[in-house]
Amino acid sequence: MLTYITRRILYSIPVLIISTFLSFTFVSLAGNPTDNLRANPQFSVITYNNLQHKYHLDRAIPVRYWFWVKDVFEHKLGSSLVTSQPIWPDISRTFGHTAQVIVLAEILALILGVAVGIFSAIRQYSPFDYFFTSASFLGYAMPTFWLALLLQILFVDIYLKWHVRIFYTAGLNNPGQGTWSFDRLQHIGLPVITLTIISFALYSRYMRASMLDVINTDYVRTARAKGLPENKVIMRHVFRNALIPIVTIAALNFGGLLGGAIVTESVFGLDGMGYYFIQKLGQLDIYAVMAYLVVTSTIIIFFNLIADILYGYLDPRIRYD
Amino acid sequence: MTEPTPVQVDKPVVSQVSDVTTPGMAVGIDGTYEAGLELKARSQWSYARNRFLRHRLAMSGLIVLVIVFGAGIFANLVAPYSFEEIDLTNVLAGPTTAAHHFFGTDEIGRDFFSRVIFGIRTSMEVGVFVAFVSSIIGVIVGAVAGYYGGWIDNILMRITDLVLTLPALAILLTAAALLGQGSQWRVSVILALFFWTGLARIVRGVFLSLREKEYVEAAKAAGSGDIRIMFRHILPNTLGPIVVNGTLSVGAAIIVEAALSFLGFGIKPPTPSLGSLIASGQQFPQKWWITVFPGLTLLIIVVAINFVGDGLRDALDPQQRRVRA
Repeated sequence: MLTYITRRILYSIPVLIISTFLSFTFVSLAGNPTDNLRANPQFSVITYNNLQHKYHLDRAIPVRYWFWVKDVFEHKLGSSLVTSQPIWPDISRTFGHTAQVIVLAEILALILGVAVGIFSAIRQYSPFDYFFTSASFLGYAMPTFWLALLLQILFVDIYLKWHVRIFYTAGLNNPGQGTWSFDRLQHIGLPVITLTIISFALYSRYMRASMLDVINTDYVRTARAKGLPENKVIMRHVFRNALIPIVTIAALNFGGLLGGAIVTESVFGLDGMGYYFIQKLGQLDIYAVMAYLVVTSTIIIFFNLIADILYGYLDPRIRYD
Repeated sequence: MTEPTPVQVDKPVVSQVSDVTTPGMAVGIDGTYEAGLELKARSQWSYARNRFLRHRLAMSGLIVLVIVFGAGIFANLVAPYSFEEIDLTNVLAGPTTAAHHFFGTDEIGRDFFSRVIFGIRTSMEVGVFVAFVSSIIGVIVGAVAGYYGGWIDNILMRITDLVLTLPALAILLTAAALLGQGSQWRVSVILALFFWTGLARIVRGVFLSLREKEYVEAAKAAGSGDIRIMFRHILPNTLGPIVVNGTLSVGAAIIVEAALSFLGFGIKPPTPSLGSLIASGQQFPQKWWITVFPGLTLLIIVVAINFVGDGLRDALDPQQRRVRA
């Protein structure tokens, strides 16, 4: 097991290098922010060239990639080409906010999705099952940004009509409020609800299918045949086995959640990593964009690893060699 | 994965029947003919077609899709206005049937119904193009990897894994922002370059199992080249998963394109896209129709495509009896 984990971690390193190199290549190919200085008549060619040289923009892309990698390790992701500010403080601040939203949404979606999946499977073809199966079908096709926008419009209208503040529809905090205050919850409520609904559709769907798969196995029939009470059959034999694929899907869903966070944070103007990324992308701030891509790629690769390890741990039938 | 059904290409069973030389059998068949009963040849495809036609959800999805996409194709005839006709005396008007502003008007008085119809056309073009091109890439990569195996397989599958571990939306946004330049076709090509991985894995799996079959060996013995064996003999057996996957990726591509356009990095105005139409609704939270109608259209399209895809899966891949979820 330990050798397997070590090998997987070692294998992740070239994946990360290649993926960052590819992103770096086409981000750099698309131009750099000093291009518009060249058109500026107040800017001498010598200054321009010095600037190019200072930031290694005149070198070949593999060389620039090497300088960039050095920067990432020596100067914590380097600094922005547009504002000359270090990137690390921005990334670490926004990372915390995004993590708060994503983790809350993931926990809520898992609890609700697993519970609804179990009940749908036990009472297959009941009205409850039909309702949630169709709901998950809708949620599965629902564009995240539209859902976010509908919620935002709904709560703006509620506030304008009745002057009740249930959730704030933009921003992260009122002045002077902290990370775990009620005020913060009112602000991140709608982004969390959006991401929860999207993931809930996924989890309840898979949980139901997985439960039905297990219910039809021989060992469940045996458990019933030996006279075990139905709730024990469900909890001890079906539920525990049906949960295994859900754990993997939950770990792999982090990539989707990060993508969803880009959209929801942009709609709600939440100071998270996704919103930061969108703003920097609009300014063609290539090193800030790269910093976001590196951090999120690492997160996704990490959770892929977790998924693999958990899968083997939960299901002893899986053997690594 | 279960082994897919070998699908026979439209080969009428009649030919087999006429080959029968046993006199007794021939009399029986003649008898049937004389009694005015037609022997009906039924191919694998006609079974699949029947299964699909009986699939209620899939058929309703297909009907909805034909109506919505038909409106998109004939947008010039269906839309009461052009998508760029400005009417500054009638700005942000609510939905009404009076002047054929069924979905109201936007902030400079353009008819929103017409804009949504033309947006459907854009989405449809992007979705179909992406599904088509990514299917071709996926089939070629999967076929080569599965047929040759060994180091080719290893390299191609590592590339596939690599694409799957990237933060998809962020990479697509970056690519679209830097290389897309707001053009519909550039954005479509970028999407297609990210959509082939799932299909490549499926096709590879089928090829891995089928290349050991006797008929492949027979084709080799008869002197067929690799290309002929791959595309003539093995590929028809993977048609089911390819069609299902292609259909579902139309919907996925439409959603992703809408998300890119919504964030302002996809298709740029004046081309109307459902994503950018929805985005314009954010400035007018009290004019609900600007957000609701294009979004609802998008949702209906994607749900219908998913229904059709599910129906196709049940029809073309009957061995893969998955639990309906």
